[in-house]
Amino acid sequence: MSVERTYKDINTRIKAGKAVILTAEEVIERVRKKGVAQTAREVDVVTTGTFGPMCSSGAFLNFGHTRPRMRMSKVWLNNVPAYAGIAAVDAYIGATELTEGDPCNSNYPGEFRYGGGHVIEDLVARRKVHFKAWGYGTDCYPRREIETNITLDDINEAILFNPRNCYQNYNCAVNTSDRTIYTYMGTLKPRLGNANYSTSGQLSPLLKDPYFKTIGIGTRIFLGGGIGYVAWHGTQHFPGILKDAGGKEVCNAGGTLAVIGDLKQMEARWLVGASLRGYGASLTVGIGLPIPVLNEEILACAARTDDELFAPVVDYSEDYPNARPGNLAVVSYAQLKSGKIKVRDREVPTAPVSSYSRAREIACILKEWLQKGEFLLGEPSQLLPGPEAGLSGRQLSAN
Amino acid sequence: MAPEKIVLRFGAETSDKPIIYRLIKDYDLIVNILKASINPHKEGTMVVELTGDRYREGIEYLKKQGISVHPLAQEVVRNNERCTNCGACTVHCPTKALYLERPSMEVKFNGDECVVCLMCVKVCPVKAMEVRI
Repeated sequence: MSVERTYKDINTRIKAGKAVILTAEEVIERVRKKGVAQTAREVDVVTTGTFGPMCSSGAFLNFGHTRPRMRMSKVWLNNVPAYAGIAAVDAYIGATELTEGDPCNSNYPGEFRYGGGHVIEDLVARRKVHFKAWGYGTDCYPRREIETNITLDDINEAILFNPRNCYQNYNCAVNTSDRTIYTYMGTLKPRLGNANYSTSGQLSPLLKDPYFKTIGIGTRIFLGGGIGYVAWHGTQHFPGILKDAGGKEVCNAGGTLAVIGDLKQMEARWLVGASLRGYGASLTVGIGLPIPVLNEEILACAARTDDELFAPVVDYSEDYPNARPGNLAVVSYAQLKSGKIKVRDREVPTAPVSSYSRAREIACILKEWLQKGEFLLGEPSQLLPGPEAGLSGRQLSAN
Repeated sequence: MAPEKIVLRFGAETSDKPIIYRLIKDYDLIVNILKASINPHKEGTMVVELTGDRYREGIEYLKKQGISVHPLAQEVVRNNERCTNCGACTVHCPTKALYLERPSMEVKFNGDECVVCLMCVKVCPVKAMEVRI
C-alpha cells in the first residue's frame, strides 16, 4: 500500500515534534539506500533552497504621515527613486532601480555600485537610509517636501513583494563571440571562455516539484531569512517541459513564484544587494520551500539528483539578445557542478552565479524550523499552473 | 630609478608572443618576473618589476600589443561576511587562487596564489573582494 498523507496529517506530526524532515540532499541519499517507496513511508517533508540574484524583487513601504500631511509624488531612498504613484505615503522600491545620475553603461562596462536591492539590504540591516520626498501639495496634504533619515523600525510597514523569483530552471550562459560580454548571468569571456549557470540543481525548490503538485497560493516559505508566502505564480511563469527532437522530455523550462513577506522579520544575510558589471543592480534573495511528501510520486520528484536535472546552454552574444530560440547543448547539473562542460566539442569551465552552499544552508534552516514546530506547512488555497497549462511567453512587437 | 611593480594581463592572442624578450632587447629594461600564469592560446597574467630609463616607452609598447597594464595593488582580501560563496569569481581567477571546493561548493581563497589582477573585484556581484593598498 503506497503512502498518502494530507497537510493536516503532516502538521499534526510537526506540532508533536514527530515529523521526519530531510533536506533535498539528504532525501537523495535516503532514496539511494532504501528506495522511493520505503523513503516515502518514512519522510514527511523535504526542504529545498536557493540563493541567487533575483531581479523582479522589491518592497512596498509605508513611511507614516508627516505633520502637516504630505502626498508624496516622488520618493528617493539613498538617492534611489522609489515608485510613489500608489498613495500619499506608500512607495515601492524596486531592486533594479539605480541611484540618480548613475553613469550606467556610458563608462562601459558600468559598475552599478548601488541600487534598489542595496536599499533593501540597508533597510534590513537596520542601517540609516536617507529619505527625500516631493509632493505638489493639496488642501488635505499641504506639505511639499521632506528630507530626513529613516530606519526599517521607524516606518509603518515594509512588505517584500517579489513578482518573479525562484526560477525553476535557467539557461547556462555562454559567449561565442570574439569579445567579452557583460550580462545578468555575469561576465562571459569570448569564444566559450566560461559557462555561467544559476540554479541550485538538486536543491532548487521548483525543480523538486516540477508538476506543481504541492506549491500554490499560500504555501509558507523561507524568504529572506524570515517567513514568507507564495502569493501567486510569478510573472513569466512558463512551467512547460522542453523536449528534444524525438519528443523526449529534456528539462523543465521555467516556472516562477511571486512571493511576499514582512521585511521587518528578514535578515540582511539573506537579502544582499548585487551589482552585475555592465548589466545593472539587483537583489540576491534566499528562498526555501518545504515539499510535503503527500505520496510516492511527489517524493520521487523531490529526490531527483543533479544527474537527472538538466539546463540548456544558450549563447548570450547572439541568440539571447536577438530572442532566437534554441540552445547549443543540454547539460546536467552534475556536469555543471563538476567545473566543466562540453560545448561544440570544447571543454568549457563553468561557474555558478547562485550559491549552492547557501542554498544548502537554507534547506537546513527550514528543516530546523519544521523540526522545532516553529513553522507549519501552509496548505495552498489553489495550486499554481503546471506544465499542462501550456503557458508560454508572448512577444512584444513594435509598430 | 626605482623598480615599478605592475600587473600585465594578456589576451589569448598575445599570450604566445615573446613580450619580455622585446622589453629587454628593444627597451633595455631590467625585468624581474614575480608571478606568472600564462598558457599559449589562453588568457594570462604576469606580475613584473621593471627598471630602466626607457620604462615609459616599454609600457607604451605593452599597451600597443593589447596588453592591459595596471599598477600592483598590495593585496586583495575577501570580506568573508559579505561573500555569499556563489562562485562567480572562480572562473575569472587566472591562478585559481579563488576556487570552488567540491562537494561542499564553498568558495576558497588562497591569497598566496593571488597575482592581484583584480578580476574578482570587478566580477563579484556583492563586492566581497576588496583591495588593500
